[in-house]
Amino acid sequence: MKFLSEYRDAQIAKAVIERIKAEATQRWCLMEVCGGQTHTIVRQGIDELLEDAIEMIHGPGCPVCVTPLEQIDKALLIAARPEVLFTSFGDMLRVPGSDCDLQQVRARGGDVRIVYSPLDALALAQRNPTKEVVFFAVGFETTAPANAMAVWRARELGVKNFSVLVSHVTVPPAITAIMEAPDNRVQGFLAAGHVCAVMGWTEYEPLAAKYQVPIVVTGFEPVDILEGMLLVVRQLEAGRHEVENQYVRSVRREGTPAARVTVDRVFELGNRKWRGIGEIPMSGLKLRDEFAAFDAEVKFGVQDLTVEEPAECRAGDVLTGRLKPPKCSAFGTRCTPEHPLGALMVSAEGACAAYYHIGRYRPEATGAAT
Amino acid sequence: MSRTPGKSATGAAAVRSAPSLANGPVCPAPITTVDRVQLGHGSGGKMSAALVAERFWPKLQNDALGKFADASVVQVSGGEIAVSTDTFVVQPIEFPGGNIGSLAVNGTLNDLAMMGARPVCLTAGFVLEEGLSFDVLDRVIDAMAAACREAGVPVVAGDTKVVERGKADGLYVNTTGVGVFDDALRPAPHRATVGDVILVSGPLARHGMAVMAFREGLAFESEITSDSACLVPLVQQLRMFGADVHVLRDPTRGGAASALNEIAQSSNVGVEIDESSIPVPSDVRAACEMLGLDPLYVANEGVLIAFVSSEIAVQALHQIRRHPLGSHAVVLGRVVAEHPRMVVLRNALGGTRVVDLLPGDQLPRIC
Repeated sequence: MKFLSEYRDAQIAKAVIERIKAEATQRWCLMEVCGGQTHTIVRQGIDELLEDAIEMIHGPGCPVCVTPLEQIDKALLIAARPEVLFTSFGDMLRVPGSDCDLQQVRARGGDVRIVYSPLDALALAQRNPTKEVVFFAVGFETTAPANAMAVWRARELGVKNFSVLVSHVTVPPAITAIMEAPDNRVQGFLAAGHVCAVMGWTEYEPLAAKYQVPIVVTGFEPVDILEGMLLVVRQLEAGRHEVENQYVRSVRREGTPAARVTVDRVFELGNRKWRGIGEIPMSGLKLRDEFAAFDAEVKFGVQDLTVEEPAECRAGDVLTGRLKPPKCSAFGTRCTPEHPLGALMVSAEGACAAYYHIGRYRPEATGAAT
Repeated sequence: MSRTPGKSATGAAAVRSAPSLANGPVCPAPITTVDRVQLGHGSGGKMSAALVAERFWPKLQNDALGKFADASVVQVSGGEIAVSTDTFVVQPIEFPGGNIGSLAVNGTLNDLAMMGARPVCLTAGFVLEEGLSFDVLDRVIDAMAAACREAGVPVVAGDTKVVERGKADGLYVNTTGVGVFDDALRPAPHRATVGDVILVSGPLARHGMAVMAFREGLAFESEITSDSACLVPLVQQLRMFGADVHVLRDPTRGGAASALNEIAQSSNVGVEIDESSIPVPSDVRAACEMLGLDPLYVANEGVLIAFVSSEIAVQALHQIRRHPLGSHAVVLGRVVAEHPRMVVLRNALGGTRVVDLLPGDQLPRIC
């Protein structure tokens, strides 16, 4: 497969690993922002293979994991309504809200369906004119263009029975929050390639300058990630702090202008809560006022629902890199994918689930995945 | 409207244990009030296992059922017979590479074959939904008949029930099969032994992805077809090895990962597989990646996994490859003394990871 198999080549990957080991004069602390990258790192054992040269902290880039309890509860309330056909990407179905999840709403009679695109949800609305079709618009900048397009098309087509429950977040404010944290240890970032494919990297340039931190736009295959790590290590070793692009086959500095324009037409920046982190100012996308008719929160009157995140939850510590999932006292015992305590254990991209499913067998461990 | 976590969003009481602060702060307690069947209970993962273990097994337990094999071995006068039953609820009813009729026949015959039994007869029970077209029904019955003819196994008893429109998804089929044992081939899930070589007869994940791609209207360059097939002839190829064939499994619901986990647990051994030797066709792999699914957990309907003693492994692989169904057979891994009851995968970089049972269905990822 062109542009794929070469980025999975074990010989190339091993060579890059050796380069990193050779060039790192100290153990650097890096964060991969995106959940897709976490998945590859843990799945391939990259963090383990580079343990002496690099400490990887898994960032807040899994959209399922950072969706606040409040938005989940709103989804549950809306999905339970008899007139609603609730649509969502698959992995949101098992994220626990305050007392149940979307799968349980479905088992109790709610019409909850998995879709692969918001445009499929729009098509469902057209085919089911007597139902109120709601799409759970979750994600970072990557999913925003398609979600914006669905709302835009709905208005163009005059589809009145379609709305979106928006829980969109953006990456740069999260990087700011991590760098501003008093106990921050992150020295370099792998930025999320797909986010940058949409947005470009101009907004990362002031962050790299202000916090003197290298940021490398990185892809998702093993060789991508290793190359991204090597570029960060080289900057750190040379005392540089720039934005570099490893993912040249997909990302340009200006991103994809057509997608950005679509997002800008439909969404504007707003404050957004992050699960486990709390509210980050201007870190989310919300529908512009002219699209209020497509806002499920308004349509179903749940916009004033507030749910406090449990203060004792450690998801925030994991998301900000202060805690590795296996170090959590609940990991693998009281918190498992069957009974997730938090969203991080639900999505395959969640740091906790990634560690749990892809747990390592270590000879000294006594039969348990660690 | 303002509330704190723990208050019900949908009316049911939430059960939460008090947070323990002894070991530092912890996440909030899990949702434990699952009071009804969810789709995940039918996934072949941990939820399915718990459903059987907690609800069916305590009240229906007996020695034959207790082996948790593909088919049960029942003592009758004059010897033993193998009995297996399976219900088919696939949607769509017809899919590239087969339909529910061929699937229902092959599925149950395969379950008998995995115990080393020679299938003798089948029964078939149908739940038909009002409004199902005779065209569809006829094609299903045609496919059943063809599968029976090919295997040389008759349907000797049948039943039909019709339910109102909306009460069934077109049609459901249950088949029950009976088989006999007439030689030394007696594989069982608990017979895997350290040193065994694990063979797989063909490419993985075709059935599940064919059904999913068709159901979701996903268009790929090439049509992915189900691997639905009768494995009896392939098992026939292994008869000559008799007791050296320790375990046979057709990794259906839950895929190869679930089958290997169940065998590792039944036999109390460790299983090690090499990522580079997992056979997945490139179109199936691409579809899995697009949907964020792991092919190891996707259903197969025409593949068998064999645990055989190392002495005959090369010959057994050769024998499987001699049959058209097994022409792409490969060595998938081996049984080890380390990490009992666990399946460990070794990737191309030399890293390892544990391949666990999934709790419920695989959920497609967002991005």
